[in-house]
Amino acid sequence: MSALTYSSTIGRLLLASCLLLASLPGIAAAADLPLAKLMGFDFKAKSAAITAIADSGSPRAATILGALLDGRLLMRKADSRMVIAATSEPKTAISDALDGSELGSEELVNLKKVVINNQLRLVLRGALARLGLANSDRDARLAAVEALAADDTPGTIAALEDALPKEQDAGVKRAMQVVLALAALGRPEETQRLAAVNIVSGSMLGEVRNRLAALLAKDAEGKPLEPSMDVRVAAARALRAIDERRAHYELVQTIFFGLSLGFVLVLAATGLAITFGVMGVINMAHGEMMMLGAYTTYVVQQAFPNHIEQSLFMAIPAAFLVAAAVGIVIERGIVRFLYGRPLETLLATFGVSLFLQQVVRSVFSPLNRAVATPQWMSGQLLLGDALALTWNRLYIIVFSALVFAALLALLRFTSLGLHVRAVAQNRAMARAMGVRAGWVDALTFGLGSGVAGLAGVALSQLTNVGPNLGQSYIIDSFMVVVFGGVGNLWGTLVAGLSLGIANKFLEPFAGAVLAKILVLVFIILFIQKWPRGLFPQRGRAAEA
Amino acid sequence: MRALHAPHPDRYVYGILLLLVVLVPTLNLGVSESSALHVSTYTVTLLGKYLCYALLALSVDLVWGFGGILSLGHGAFFALGGYAMGMYLMRQIGARGVYGNAELPDFMVFLNWQELPLAWWGFASFPYAMAMVMLVPGVLAGVFGYFAFRSRVTGVYLSIITQALTYALLLAFFRNEMGFGGNNGLTDFKDILGFELAASTTRIALFVASVLALALAYGGCRALVNSKFGRVLVAVRDAESRARFIGYKVEHYKLWVFSASAVLAGIAGALYVPQVGIINPGEFSPLNSIELVIWVAVGGRGTLYGALLGAFVVNFAKTWFTGALPELWLFVLGAMFVLVTLLIPRGIAGYLGKEKST
Repeated sequence: MSALTYSSTIGRLLLASCLLLASLPGIAAAADLPLAKLMGFDFKAKSAAITAIADSGSPRAATILGALLDGRLLMRKADSRMVIAATSEPKTAISDALDGSELGSEELVNLKKVVINNQLRLVLRGALARLGLANSDRDARLAAVEALAADDTPGTIAALEDALPKEQDAGVKRAMQVVLALAALGRPEETQRLAAVNIVSGSMLGEVRNRLAALLAKDAEGKPLEPSMDVRVAAARALRAIDERRAHYELVQTIFFGLSLGFVLVLAATGLAITFGVMGVINMAHGEMMMLGAYTTYVVQQAFPNHIEQSLFMAIPAAFLVAAAVGIVIERGIVRFLYGRPLETLLATFGVSLFLQQVVRSVFSPLNRAVATPQWMSGQLLLGDALALTWNRLYIIVFSALVFAALLALLRFTSLGLHVRAVAQNRAMARAMGVRAGWVDALTFGLGSGVAGLAGVALSQLTNVGPNLGQSYIIDSFMVVVFGGVGNLWGTLVAGLSLGIANKFLEPFAGAVLAKILVLVFIILFIQKWPRGLFPQRGRAAEA
Repeated sequence: MRALHAPHPDRYVYGILLLLVVLVPTLNLGVSESSALHVSTYTVTLLGKYLCYALLALSVDLVWGFGGILSLGHGAFFALGGYAMGMYLMRQIGARGVYGNAELPDFMVFLNWQELPLAWWGFASFPYAMAMVMLVPGVLAGVFGYFAFRSRVTGVYLSIITQALTYALLLAFFRNEMGFGGNNGLTDFKDILGFELAASTTRIALFVASVLALALAYGGCRALVNSKFGRVLVAVRDAESRARFIGYKVEHYKLWVFSASAVLAGIAGALYVPQVGIINPGEFSPLNSIELVIWVAVGGRGTLYGALLGAFVVNFAKTWFTGALPELWLFVLGAMFVLVTLLIPRGIAGYLGKEKST
């Protein structure tokens, strides 16, 4: 894909708004636009032409300027007609630049591109942003205002001052005032600068922080660039407020990242905790169950390429069933013969994990596969003016919490849950009471594996899917189980979340690798004091 | 109890080792290359590598087969021994490196370091390096084991923690800041004790050293497990609580055998590195550690000779498969894990041998 096919968002949004404006009186006719001046290499003339087009009020202005920015504004060599190409492919559909009429398709070699340079790009972006102030969409207007923050040319200021009284939305209005105040920071009168500082303080716009910091800068001799003490004090105070809020947001963001990682770990570890708690069996192939879940998501998506949005919902039960089925096969085929020999079980299931990895490698190739993220999961949730939480992580938190709650309910309220708990507490007694322990074992194993499969679905939305996916999470999941203790899902929840958050808090100043090492060392030290985890199993059975 | 009518398998072990130490150098150096009987230097190195693996397997059998401690982190001790040897070999390169710095190894010059980090001091001396080969794994195992055994971490918990140990070291050694060559590890060695590493005589010498080390270690381990210490160790393996209640300091026995085993693993690593010519953080990968457990399981644990047998059989299979059918190797390895634990839990030695494991 060439960068040329990418059409700027602002341009696209403008198209709609400008069509609305077309009905207004007093607008220059499209034919008057100085398009011819765009050709050639006189960049000063080009710049003037761009400004003229932008200020013409023509409904085509945004389309033309957007195409120019994308490099899709061309001249047909045959008749010197200005046209807009739909794409930048060698043969493309073209339309007339002035009236938008379709002109069929044309070879790129028969067209001449309008050349622009970086300075013109700046002018273009400014012009497009000014046009954007008239957009009917609130978010587009806000984006346009923010794009103008660094631009204090008189044209922009005038455009903003014109738009300000007409603006209905309080948020956009505030942003406009901030941008205008930013421009006023350069005024010679001290009172105006002071007023401007007071207006901008509290805004989280990136440019505001830069300009406030610039006010506090000193020249080579150590003399402050800003002569007024009052302005400096106000700027320093505003800067501190911004930094504090930023630190605050960063804290929330770190906790959020930690929570999402933690919840994935919880999902991965609950399966382990259940099988270990009930059967005393460590399933080393557990990570591969996650991998299978992730690959199931991938396969479902491949099977329904036209339903990316819905395929995730199909993948959830599919991944659960696939992983659970494989888990039951492992239990019935291998683990049940090794009952009471945990170390051998560990080795045998490790063999299974190698086996499954190689199967996946043979079937899907060793390369990583990317699972597409549905539209409704991409993007960010904006809270306030600078706190952005990505939707995919938010959904993962919700999804994991739901699965966890469902699992708790299953163990608490169903007869299967009752049997599972009975076998975990005292196998012999449960059998004497008529519980089919073998059957419970198989179902428990299937349940644990199925939950791991669900964790795989969640993971596929965070990282690429590859044969080693499970391996990279298995040690972390083990750490969660060791930390939280077996046989108690609350322990797993607390341990998973705290490890996830701890990891994300350590990362910024220790680096991702060192953070992991620190967490591992912590756990090794932790089990010195509490060898059976935060929430150990109690009772006589736990001593066995 | 030892069966009376059959010779003890130890005799076979010593016999085969003696055969190797006599035949291989003769057939490599004494027979002309055109002869069918000639053993190529490649084969010598390959056999030398297997011998190091056998020594490593022996160390695992000591803790797992006799102490009942399933360590999934023995690869870490092996790698640490290897790194200590690698550091000595790096210092031996001296000014012959790409950057020609007599004091600093190439990768440090590349990272713009000005002086040798503390951890590298003294590694120009062979005796010091050899002491470190044994001390670093031994002390790490000692400290780790002290904490683990003291708080009675046993069974799968211990296995998982040892795996975490090697995983943490893997991550740490990947970092350039650690000062051990990061991702690339240590390589481009030139000579050892003044002898050129690439020369076939040096290869033979290393091979002989490996055989001797294995024979000595084997004898030492046999003496250890036959001693009173070994008997108590087996008691701890089979009934830890009972041994403790009788009055034995279970933790001490475990700690000593764990540390001794780590030292053996370190020696194996130190012999391995000059023969393969490289040591990198990959040796710390948990997969390596768990793979060597399967050597012991295949050969038969708790027998000592089973470990050697398993190391040779599995590694021979690995060499053959990764050459001929690389995609199949992980299937075979996976199947080995499953089938051995399910069908022949006492390994080949237990299956073939008439002798019961001690």
